[in-house]
Amino acid sequence: MAKNVISDETIEYVGILAKLDLSGAEKEQAKADMANMLDYIDMLNELDTTGVEPMSHVFPVHNVFREDVVANGDDRENMLANAPERKDGCYKVPKTVE
Amino acid sequence: MNLMSLTAAELGKKIKSGEVSVREAAESSLAAIRERETDVHGFVTVVDEETVLAKADEVQRRLSEGKLVSPLAGVPVAVKDNMCTEGLLTTCSSRILGNFKPTYTAEAVLNLERAGAVIVGKTNMDEFAMGSTTETSYFGVTRNPWNTEHVPGGSSGGSCAAVAAEECSYALGSDTGGSIRQPSSFCGVTGIKPTYGTVSRYGLIAYGSSLDQIGPVAKDVTDCALILEAIASHDPKDSTSVRREDYQFTQALVDDVSGMKIGIPRDYFGKGLDGEVKEAVMRAAKVLEEKGALVEEFDLSLVEYAIPAYYVIASAEASSNLARFDGVKYAYRGEDYAGLHQMYKKTRSEGFGAEVKRRIMLGSFVLSSGYYDAYYLKALRTKALIKRAFDRAFEKYDLILGPVAPTTAPKLGESLADPIKMYLGDIYTISVNLAGLPGISVPCGLDGNGMPVGLQLIGDCFQEKKLFRAAYAYEQTRAYRHCPLAQKGVSEA
Repeated sequence: MAKNVISDETIEYVGILAKLDLSGAEKEQAKADMANMLDYIDMLNELDTTGVEPMSHVFPVHNVFREDVVANGDDRENMLANAPERKDGCYKVPKTVE
Repeated sequence: MNLMSLTAAELGKKIKSGEVSVREAAESSLAAIRERETDVHGFVTVVDEETVLAKADEVQRRLSEGKLVSPLAGVPVAVKDNMCTEGLLTTCSSRILGNFKPTYTAEAVLNLERAGAVIVGKTNMDEFAMGSTTETSYFGVTRNPWNTEHVPGGSSGGSCAAVAAEECSYALGSDTGGSIRQPSSFCGVTGIKPTYGTVSRYGLIAYGSSLDQIGPVAKDVTDCALILEAIASHDPKDSTSVRREDYQFTQALVDDVSGMKIGIPRDYFGKGLDGEVKEAVMRAAKVLEEKGALVEEFDLSLVEYAIPAYYVIASAEASSNLARFDGVKYAYRGEDYAGLHQMYKKTRSEGFGAEVKRRIMLGSFVLSSGYYDAYYLKALRTKALIKRAFDRAFEKYDLILGPVAPTTAPKLGESLADPIKMYLGDIYTISVNLAGLPGISVPCGLDGNGMPVGLQLIGDCFQEKKLFRAAYAYEQTRAYRHCPLAQKGVSEA
C-alpha cells in the first residue's frame, strides 16, 4: 500500500494540466502509479539539501543571443503538409471563440 | 564477403580504395535488412531501394570528384527515429507522429550526410525514448539479435539491434538516462553518450532537454570515435551546444593505459547486481590493471538517489516538451470532439501510449503549484549533490569503471508490468546524464545464457579522449563477437 494517496481531484487536476483525458480504469491506474512513484521519490527527503542551489544546467552557460535574422526559406507548404486539417494556407482548428 | 560484418572504418577504407562501390555497400545493407527484419524488427522505416541507391550513386560521384574525405563516406547508417530527417518519416515510435515528415534534417544527421553517409532507415525505439526495452514502441517490439526471445534494451533498441544484427554498418542513438549505453550493452555493441552539448540537439525530438545527447552505436571503439568526430559540432541553432577546443577523438585511439587512474565505485557492486555481470566487469578491470592502469575501489555515494531525481527532472521536462503535440501541426488528430480543448485531449489521449502518459502526468504534477519546491527543486538540488560527488571522484581518477546495467537483457514481456523495477535497471547509467558526463559501453563478455555483458567507462566532462583510450586499449585484448543471427550469413545482393 502506497504511503502517498492521490485523490480523484488531484488526478482530475493533473489531467487538465497534462491535457489528457483518462478513462475510469486509466485514472485508477494513474492514481496507483503516481502514488508509488511519489513514495519512491520521497527517498530524496533523506538528503539534506539545505543551502544547495538547484542545478538546472551542469555547465556555467548563459543565455545565447543572435541577431533575429531569417536564415531559412519559406517552408509553408511542406509544414502544412503535416497538418491534419488546413484551410487557405493556415492550420485549421475547431472554433475557439464564441 | 559480407560487407555488413565489417566495421564502418574497414568498409569506408574499401570504398575509398575502390575495392567496394558505395552501391555495393548499400545493397549489402538492404539485403541484410530484407533477410533479418522479420526476426529483429529494428526499423520503423526502411528507405526504399531506389532512393538509397540514387543516394549511393551521388556519394560515389562526390567521392570520385575528390569532394569527400571522411572515412565514413559511402558507409550505410541507420538513424534513431527521434531525429528529424527531411521528407523521411520520423515517428518517435509514437502513434501521434505516425505520419510526420519533417521539413528539415537534424544537425547531427546533416553532419553525417556532409561526410557522405548513406541513410538506409530509421530505427525503432521506446515511444519518445521513454523506456528501457523498446517494448513501448507503437510499431511493435524490437528483438535482441543474440536471442530473439529477449529485449534489445532501450530506448535506442532498434539502433543497437540493427548494428548487432549487421543490417547496417553503424547507427545513431540518443541517450537521456542510458538509452545508448544500456541497449549497446544488451546487444553486444559499443555505444557512447558524449558530454552534454557536444552533439547538437537541433532536430532531435526532445524528451528531457537538459539530459538528451545524440551519440554513435557501432561495432567497436574506433568506429565510435570516427562517428563522434563526424557528428560533433558547435551549433548556433542549439543554445546548449558547447564549442569544444578539441574534436580530434580518433587521436586517442592508442593502446596505452599505463599510469591511468581508474576508480571502481563500491556502491555499483552492491545488491541487485547479477553475479555474472559483476564477474565480467571485474575481469575487464583486471585487464586494464594488467595493462598498467592504476585501479582502485572507492565510494562514489548518492548512487541510489539518482533514479528518483532523474524521474522527476526528466518527467517534468517531458511534460513541457510534449505539450507541442496537440493535433494542430503534426500528423495525428483525434476524432469526434467538441471544441479546441476536447480536440487537444482526445488527440493526446489516443496518440500517446501508457508509459508516455505516465511520465507526462508525473511531470505535470511535480511542476504544479504547491509541489514544485518539494519535488522539482528538490530533484535539482539532488542533481547538484550528485555532480559534486562526481567532481570529487574526478579529482582522484581519470575514469570511473563499472557495469552498464545490473543484468543482461531480460526476456520480452517481463519488464513493463512494474515500472519502478524497470527504472532501477538504469541505476548505473542515469547519474551520468544528470552530471552531463560522457560514458561508453563496451562489450566485455557473455553470461551463461550467451547474452552480452557491457562494461561502462565514465569520464569527466569533455574527457572523451580518456574514455576512447582506455576502451580502445581494453578492446585490443578481445575480438569482436558477431551475434549468431549475423553469423548465419546473408545471400549477397
